[in-house]
Amino acid sequence: MSELEDIAFKVRQHIIRMSTDGGCFVGASLSATDLIVYLYTKFLNINKDNLDDPNRDYLFLSKGHDVPALYGTFAEIGLMDVERLKNHLSVNDNIYWHPNTKIPGIEFHSGSLGHLPSVALGVALDIKMRGGKNRVVCILGDGELNEGTCWEAVLVANAYKLDNLIFVVDRNQFQANMPTEDLIPLEPLHDKFTAFGAAVKRIDGHSFDALHEAFSAYPFQEGKLNVVIADTVRGKGLPSISARADRWFCNFTHEEIESLLKELAGDQTTQLTSETLVVR
Amino acid sequence: MSYEELLTELAVNDERYIVMTAENRALIRNLPAKLGSRFVDTGITEQTMVGAAAGLALRGRIPVLHALASFLSMRAFEFVRTDAGIPNLPVKLSAFIPGFLSDGNGATHQAIEDVAIMRGIPNVTVFAAADEQDLVGMIETIWNSPNPAYLRINTRKTDYQHTPFEIGKAEVISEGADVTILTYGLLFEQALIATQILKDQGLNVGLLNMRSLKPVDEQAILKVAASSKLLVTLEDHFNTGGLYSIVAETLLKHGQSARVMPYGLDKWFKPALLPEVLAYEGFTGKQIAEKILGYTTNAIQPTIATPEFAE
Repeated sequence: MSELEDIAFKVRQHIIRMSTDGGCFVGASLSATDLIVYLYTKFLNINKDNLDDPNRDYLFLSKGHDVPALYGTFAEIGLMDVERLKNHLSVNDNIYWHPNTKIPGIEFHSGSLGHLPSVALGVALDIKMRGGKNRVVCILGDGELNEGTCWEAVLVANAYKLDNLIFVVDRNQFQANMPTEDLIPLEPLHDKFTAFGAAVKRIDGHSFDALHEAFSAYPFQEGKLNVVIADTVRGKGLPSISARADRWFCNFTHEEIESLLKELAGDQTTQLTSETLVVR
Repeated sequence: MSYEELLTELAVNDERYIVMTAENRALIRNLPAKLGSRFVDTGITEQTMVGAAAGLALRGRIPVLHALASFLSMRAFEFVRTDAGIPNLPVKLSAFIPGFLSDGNGATHQAIEDVAIMRGIPNVTVFAAADEQDLVGMIETIWNSPNPAYLRINTRKTDYQHTPFEIGKAEVISEGADVTILTYGLLFEQALIATQILKDQGLNVGLLNMRSLKPVDEQAILKVAASSKLLVTLEDHFNTGGLYSIVAETLLKHGQSARVMPYGLDKWFKPALLPEVLAYEGFTGKQIAEKILGYTTNAIQPTIATPEFAE
């Protein structure tokens, strides 16, 4: 799994470089990085040559604001030219704060929370109807689970026995302003999904071994929606921002970026001087 | 005075106010400490927030709701229509980052049909603030009215000193026989620039701040239609259902005709930082003036500061 560690490190470097000159949702991108890298390199049958193949797998990024992790992964696995990352927020490209399908490999636009569980469900339903073997993954934020439509999708997936559908919750414990448990508590999350009819695994979302063990058990149980609750750390890799409620959307100075890149490599911590942005 | 300061002052002194949010706290950071239990954050649940606001209003409260314009107007649409519109309850919607203010977020966050859909609900009133001073000047009147209200929030600062706000009245900035620009919200800033450029080119130019979109100032529209050779409806909104439609409906209703240039959007705009968005989409003051003139001028477009990201 060390090659995955290398890829994830490079993806995190890309994310940090995108968090200036307008900024991005850096904390959530860093928490989802290992999930996304694992899924694209080890689990999903998705590559630049099979995007038009109806028998390939699908990944829907529902929370959306973690898309820098997806851009970075695409750059590392050859789905996107790495040079394009420099066009973040430019009118000359389509690389901005939420996903859009002008980037080949992105399945659907998102950013309005609680939409893609339903869209992914529709794709999984069609695959079932046609007797296909492809798998449909949908990554959700934990804060996103506030939205009632997420739970409607679980109910419907249960009704239609969609064991080809996998909801992965990036359980980084934070929503925009504060810890999830301080606002709208989600726990016991495992029990909630189980009570709604899903087959649930809860794992360390930064351990490639744990991810591999969980996804190797697909389908978790015949006729049941698969749910992976991946326990993660918002801002993973950067101690100076991780677990800080006020560092959600970040627009760092160029000096901070240089320092954060060193921090990622384990060399130093960063004294953040840029203003904490008041978001949401 | 800022939006938050005035909201705090009003809400602290009036038990009827309940400040609500679907986890959009950008403008109400300090309210939880000030209001205690009268601050209610429902999490990312726009529909439930609006339904709950109707319940609170039934009990005599004035709920003031905060969320992004796109999710407040569209995600919760049927709840606004059914739970606030049909019973005509004083549910007050404060909509963040409408129109171009969503800059780099993308189409999911672009509320550029919000005026159309909100004004389509009977009983719901619709307003847009040109800048922070305009906003602060209008909210007390809007929140004291008995109707549900949708307000496009805009906290950008300009130097313009606005006249007192009245529901159903446009703010007449200037009058002109050649062309009159009718606008609202963020683009007021650009309209002021465009107006100056047009005046420098020798035109007689009028400008209306249409801050009360519903009810709208029909007399102001009819007056400029009669006195100005060209009307321009300038808006960061689809031409369908926004100010262009409002002007058309008003003229048709009163059997009057006019030459009207729609200056709005026909599709979702290119996501980027605000100054780049305005330039790309052709909505800087200079571009607006040149499009109205039909030729290029040597006028200088003032630099627009990149806004702080305030989703």
